[in-house]
Amino acid sequence: MEFWRLYRRNRSAVFGLIILLVVFVLASSAAIFFPDDPFSLAGKPMSAPGENGFLLGSDTLGRDVASGIAHGARTSLMIGGLATAVAVLLGVMFGGLAGYFGGWIDDVLMRVTEIFQTIPSFIFAILIVAIIKPSINSIIIAIAVVSWPAVARLVRGEFISLRNREFVQACHIVGMGDVRIMLREILPNCLSPIIVAGSLMVATAILIESGLSFLGLGDPNIISWGFQIGAGRTVLRSAWWVCTFPGIAILLTVLAINLVGEGLNDALNPRLRDHR
Amino acid sequence: MSLAATRVRYVLKRLIQSIPVVVAILVINFFLLHMAEGDAADVLAGEAGSATPEYMEQLRQKFGLDKPLPVQLAIYLKNVLSFDLGYSFRHDMPVIDLVMDRFVPTLLLMVSTILIAVGLGIVLGLIAASGLNTWRDNLISVFALITYATPLFWIGLMMIVVFSLKLGWFPTSGMENVAAFYEGWDRVKDIAHHLVMPTVTLSLFYLALYTRLMRASMLEQAGMDYVITARAKGLTERRIVFVHILRNALLPVVTMAGVQVGALIGGSVIVESVFAWPGLGMLAYEALFARDLNLLLGIFLLCALLVVAINLVVDVIYSFLDPRIEVG
Repeated sequence: MEFWRLYRRNRSAVFGLIILLVVFVLASSAAIFFPDDPFSLAGKPMSAPGENGFLLGSDTLGRDVASGIAHGARTSLMIGGLATAVAVLLGVMFGGLAGYFGGWIDDVLMRVTEIFQTIPSFIFAILIVAIIKPSINSIIIAIAVVSWPAVARLVRGEFISLRNREFVQACHIVGMGDVRIMLREILPNCLSPIIVAGSLMVATAILIESGLSFLGLGDPNIISWGFQIGAGRTVLRSAWWVCTFPGIAILLTVLAINLVGEGLNDALNPRLRDHR
Repeated sequence: MSLAATRVRYVLKRLIQSIPVVVAILVINFFLLHMAEGDAADVLAGEAGSATPEYMEQLRQKFGLDKPLPVQLAIYLKNVLSFDLGYSFRHDMPVIDLVMDRFVPTLLLMVSTILIAVGLGIVLGLIAASGLNTWRDNLISVFALITYATPLFWIGLMMIVVFSLKLGWFPTSGMENVAAFYEGWDRVKDIAHHLVMPTVTLSLFYLALYTRLMRASMLEQAGMDYVITARAKGLTERRIVFVHILRNALLPVVTMAGVQVGALIGGSVIVESVFAWPGLGMLAYEALFARDLNLLLGIFLLCALLVVAINLVVDVIYSFLDPRIEVG
């Protein structure tokens, strides 16, 4: 396991992987430890952490904060992962084709990218979710639609600066096809910025989701961390725990994903490896 | 042709290219907003408590909502060309006045945020990369990782708890103390005082982003062959970093700075709603829930123009930084 040996050398990445695994376990075991609906009224409202059998307290309506965090983990991971997968796929396709071919293909694709980019993304996401009606699907669509242009710009920039290099010209001379040059020669050379951008993007997706549900645009049937913070905002002064713990959950999850992303970068980037 | 003339031609070409983009955005937004259920007449009628069908019809007629969609779009496009962004039913004011009124606070917030985030991000990324795996690198990286991972609204709320409610250093919300009737320098100081927490909140996230990107970019470039060449011909390490690596490493950061302006406007929706900062973001948020279509379109148009302009500037800077990019 050459890859694991390299990954393991980055201690914080291993630390991140452990946190992420804990979040995964929390998400998958939520139904076992907290079998009740996280929206249900579990006891006395506004209980402080440790009081009335609430580990992390309860909110204004007596909902269990800990239960909400456990069930919310599933929401965040699922939305973050799916939205990023869609966005990266779109971005690499658009950016790669535009950067490699240039000319009118570049013009058309970049006009489309520019249009999507020009619309302020978070307001656009709010708009998409509000129009399709708040649900898991509309949130994933909204996040993917606003996220892919960043990848496309990045990939296009890399492709443009690589396409005139000697090694690519050599490929042309030996008669290699365009698709092969793009996928086998140029793409591997710009994987590390894509991986860095991708790891940042899963984090961003989770943050956008929490922002949307903070503003009340989450799926009304599924608990999420942003919703919990939005609901606790009005009682910030008297019940700090309602806002604080879900925020820490977001922080730790996003942090873990970023650390894992960085570890992947270290393990996959041969140039950085030689440098050390 | 001289280099300057080529440059001017490139800028003109990019300017002309951006016209269809703006038109496309207008059309997209117009149809997107029309897909939404319920129009302004529904909202006004709902607020009044009850409304007869005749009254609803009257309202729709007054705002031109009874005409076919293409006609509404054509009227809208014609109006925009004459700088008329329509009328906000909710605020009972021309949209252009409302938007311009709220534009300055947002611009103030954004400019101060960009200056802090990009400037400090480049410096921190440079320091982190040049002392790879030292305590400085680790400290900066840990700081960047934690701030990057924290949701903006949560930082904002926690800052209100600590610095406003507990310590009483900064006001919780608003842009100025209206009741105090400050003038001149006192007013500037008052606004600056209110600006601190929203700016710090908004810039923390982007600061982390630029720091990470700058660090990754510096390390990426440090492994290139030209660095080995530079070292082999006996250049000092300082010269290699500041003249050779830095210029190449700035490319992704410049690209990202352009890309992030749209996102920054979005981020300000959250920050403005947390701190009740009276800018465009908060206006957009209010407009969406009031279903104030004309107002939303006005905000989108203004933001779109801003982002197109900034992308143009970024492209020109990019062509200066990397001569391999064909200007032609």
